[in-house]
Amino acid sequence: MFFVTYFHFSQESSGNPTVAVLIILTVLLTGFGVFDHIAQWAGAGTIIPVTGFANTIASAAIEHRSEGYVLGVGGNMFKLAGPVIVYGVFSAFVVSIVIIIFRALGVM
Amino acid sequence: MLQGHQTWVFKSRPTIIASAAVGGPHEAQGPLAADFDLLHEDIWLGQDSFEKAEKKLQEQACETAIKKANMKKEDVQFLLAGDLINQTVPSSFAARTLGVPFLGLYGACSTSMEGLALASLLVDSKFAKNVLVCSSSHNAASEKQYRYPTEYGAQKPPTAQWTVTGSGAAMVTDHGEGPKVTTATIGRVIDMGLTDPFNMGAAMAPAAVDTIEAHFRDLKRDPSYYDVIATGDLGRVGHRIAGDLLKKHGMDIPEEIFTDCGILIYSKDQPVVLAGGSGCACAATTTFGHFLNRMRKGELKKILIIATGALLSPMSFQQKESIPSVAHAVSIEL
Repeated sequence: MFFVTYFHFSQESSGNPTVAVLIILTVLLTGFGVFDHIAQWAGAGTIIPVTGFANTIASAAIEHRSEGYVLGVGGNMFKLAGPVIVYGVFSAFVVSIVIIIFRALGVM
Repeated sequence: MLQGHQTWVFKSRPTIIASAAVGGPHEAQGPLAADFDLLHEDIWLGQDSFEKAEKKLQEQACETAIKKANMKKEDVQFLLAGDLINQTVPSSFAARTLGVPFLGLYGACSTSMEGLALASLLVDSKFAKNVLVCSSSHNAASEKQYRYPTEYGAQKPPTAQWTVTGSGAAMVTDHGEGPKVTTATIGRVIDMGLTDPFNMGAAMAPAAVDTIEAHFRDLKRDPSYYDVIATGDLGRVGHRIAGDLLKKHGMDIPEEIFTDCGILIYSKDQPVVLAGGSGCACAATTTFGHFLNRMRKGELKKILIIATGALLSPMSFQQKESIPSVAHAVSIEL
């Protein structure tokens, strides 16, 4: 609503900046060390989609800072988020092939 | 001297001439805070990594124990130490600082009693005069090692335990005044097929029961011989299971003497610890701090500590292996 009222976003396009704000908030909360306490209390409410994903990346990056910026932070940042990306991209690929087949058969 | 199947009886009764416990912020809030020699508010201990912080904990525990024993580093023949980090680097690095001949140990959270049993064996067999035992764990370093990054917001079940940040050290000698190590029972590795790393208490309880039974069978003793029988880090969940199992096997240990270091070290109003404390430092700090202090004050005469260790690695867990456990019992008497 904030973006629709003040920045002239439409109902549909306001989703993107909202997600960006959620991500920034999560990363900040993770960095200040309060996100894990909120999650222990709130459970799935904090894990689902964007905030959980942002938290996995930020927490892994902080954790492995002591091993250096390249092999530590760079190499471990996607340790927890990696599987989500791999299987997210792969399942999108499978679904799109299914849709192409259905279209070719003239079902849709 | 071997007695029975798996129990050592130390004829010369090696003395714990001095002991030390170092802890972190959560231990400082716990009910045993007064029994620590040193408590840190900062989990980093001013270091730039958690592993270095754990090394620092060990160094401080060892140095405090040496100082309390009125000794110098040169008087110590051997250092037996262990921890939970890959290749037990905090122990090796602390041994590098101390410059004492060093034997590294790994028995997961049972390391403290494994070390105390071996040190007593060395002193009893006259292969050493003064042996220093040390073990440590660090909450954030262990989380990083075994689970998720510390700031990762995964919800833990109420059976999960909180790794103690701290280190306990004890100086075992062939002379002097103090609590004496009298017997030690070395445990078998027991695996009941549990696979949940967030319920280690339940995985370790059968190992504790096996060692307790072996101890009393080998020595033909009754549980009422001791003033306190304490398991290492079973927590509230595992300790109940161990008590029930013992009852089922026909061994009734009175509830007022049967306790657990993982329950004692934190108070009930610390919700962050969930089922209780765990880690190498749990049994180490509680025994070398709390229990030995109470013995020196004369409140306790005979205690039996059964340190329990879950012998899993992050890789074995991911490869769907179950969690084998071991427990070692050491009796300390005045």
